[in-house]
Amino acid sequence: MRSEPPFDPIARAARIAARPVVLEARGLGKTYPGAKGRVPALSGIDLAIRRREFVTVVGPSGSGKSTLARILAGLDEHDSGEVLVDGHPVRGPGRDRGMVFQAYSLFPWLTVMGNVMTGPRFAGNGRDAARSIALQYLELVGLEHLADRWPHQLSGGQRQRVAIARALANEPRVLLMDEPFGALDPHTRATLQGNLIDLWFNIPITIIFITHDLDEAVLLADRIVVLGGPDADHAGGWLRETITVPLPVPRTPDVVLSPEFRAVRERLDSLIHPAEPPRPRERIPVYRLAAAGDDVR
Amino acid sequence: MRSQVVMMRWFVVRGVAPGAGWGFVIVGFLAPLLLWCAVSYVPWLWHPDILVESPGGSQTFAAGMRVPVAAFAAENAALAAAGSAPATGQAVNPVFLPAPHAVAVAFVTAFTTPPRRTGDPWLHESLLHSCALIAQGFGLAILVGVPLGILCGAYAGMSRLIEPFTDFLRYLPAPAFGALAVAIFGISDGPKISIIVLATVLPTILVIANTTRSLDKALIDAAATLGASNRQVLLRVVLPGIAPAVWNDLRILLGAAWTTLIVAELIGQMSGISFFINQQGKYRNYDFVFVGIIAIGLVGLLTDQILAAIGRLLFPWKRTS
Repeated sequence: MRSEPPFDPIARAARIAARPVVLEARGLGKTYPGAKGRVPALSGIDLAIRRREFVTVVGPSGSGKSTLARILAGLDEHDSGEVLVDGHPVRGPGRDRGMVFQAYSLFPWLTVMGNVMTGPRFAGNGRDAARSIALQYLELVGLEHLADRWPHQLSGGQRQRVAIARALANEPRVLLMDEPFGALDPHTRATLQGNLIDLWFNIPITIIFITHDLDEAVLLADRIVVLGGPDADHAGGWLRETITVPLPVPRTPDVVLSPEFRAVRERLDSLIHPAEPPRPRERIPVYRLAAAGDDVR
Repeated sequence: MRSQVVMMRWFVVRGVAPGAGWGFVIVGFLAPLLLWCAVSYVPWLWHPDILVESPGGSQTFAAGMRVPVAAFAAENAALAAAGSAPATGQAVNPVFLPAPHAVAVAFVTAFTTPPRRTGDPWLHESLLHSCALIAQGFGLAILVGVPLGILCGAYAGMSRLIEPFTDFLRYLPAPAFGALAVAIFGISDGPKISIIVLATVLPTILVIANTTRSLDKALIDAAATLGASNRQVLLRVVLPGIAPAVWNDLRILLGAAWTTLIVAELIGQMSGISFFINQQGKYRNYDFVFVGIIAIGLVGLLTDQILAAIGRLLFPWKRTS
């Protein structure tokens, strides 16, 4: 019996680096109009996402994670730099970049099937062709039995799986996911993380996944993009660091116990929650405790 | 504790719809009716007039006259001083407030006996004529106002072009254009329909524009990332997305159309339910006046309920909890 060769993270990173770039951001910057002129929201973002790569984006609040996702999707304007898909600059949204939103954003007047058919229908497919494409992707997320339900009849986790199927039915070059599991309870979130890992492993998709959950960021990613928030040198969000996760794929939840996982997780912690001097604990006068009438000891 | 739960169940703003509120609906209709009955049938509640039954020795009274209580008392005092027979009579309400049973009888009479003057329309003919005016006037307003409103809501340029001027026009009372409308459209139905159109198309544009703008932007974002063109966003996302809200807007605007109708029907040659009410007023048949007013209310309530039911059939995806 032949044993598995040991996992070599450097070799894997090299294999990924050899793949063609699907989505590229060059010197991306965005400003918002503010009270005193324009306020930068993001500046100097350079990214190259390669085929079948799973990239997660993390950062403290105010670092422009969602703004970055919306710019890459073409939903928000940027005012410097450019976004390229397969080497061609793009402006505005397009079917080459699918998106999954935290708020699901299913069309409430369409059934589950109708929602998943939308992309193929927009592309000019006939009803029957769109239906067979949609059915394929509903089966992929395991919801073909709910095809005739209305969105409001589904649970949050089911809605998000429909939204993923809907985005995938367009066969986008890149799937952008903006905190897709942020509104779900921990149990459902863990299930959907597992589903997403399976999906990504089994069909050829490239994913950019925005999250504020650091465990989720490490669990899912080939590579983690860490954005920095506003500080002395930067008025808005900026590209702070890119971390390659040295763990084999596909991963299972028990990976969180591995030393590699802990190391990456601690690195993220130190970048995103820099150590603050411990705040002195407020002392509550004893008489107030006595007045409450309870003794926790 | 239990009362707290019950309070929360009925406080709809908190998001819990009252399931069975029919008791309240019935009370809502019954309370004003009972008040009307009380005022009509309990003599000491109001009854400021005396209906003279026999004038007695009075030279000024005649049987069937209504005189104020004070005048009746003064006349009787004078008659007593002169040694004449006193006038007799019954305390009644003024002629403009008939009792419920009189109105109920008039309601049946209005549908069963021909109008007093030959050539005058029956009540149902008057009502049908009014409904026809509403259908034409409000129908035209919808045909023009809804598309314009949607365009205003969807395109910033259209909004700037149309909405400020509409807002200005909206403040001019439509019936003020009555003389102009008669000059243009003659004296029959033309000016009435044009007044209804004028009065309803302006709020329709503004309300529908607002409804269009209030569509969840996330749905438009989702459509855009699914590769929808602007045309597809408008036709396949905006239109179905706002349809139920537009339907409800139109139900409310229909009420505004009825309000205008009553004034519009007085323009040129008087017609429809307004003519019926005015004519009965001239005859001092105030029970029939009430019949006309209540008939409008019933037609309005009925059409609104029918439209609400159709809305539920048209938009089954709307959450009904």
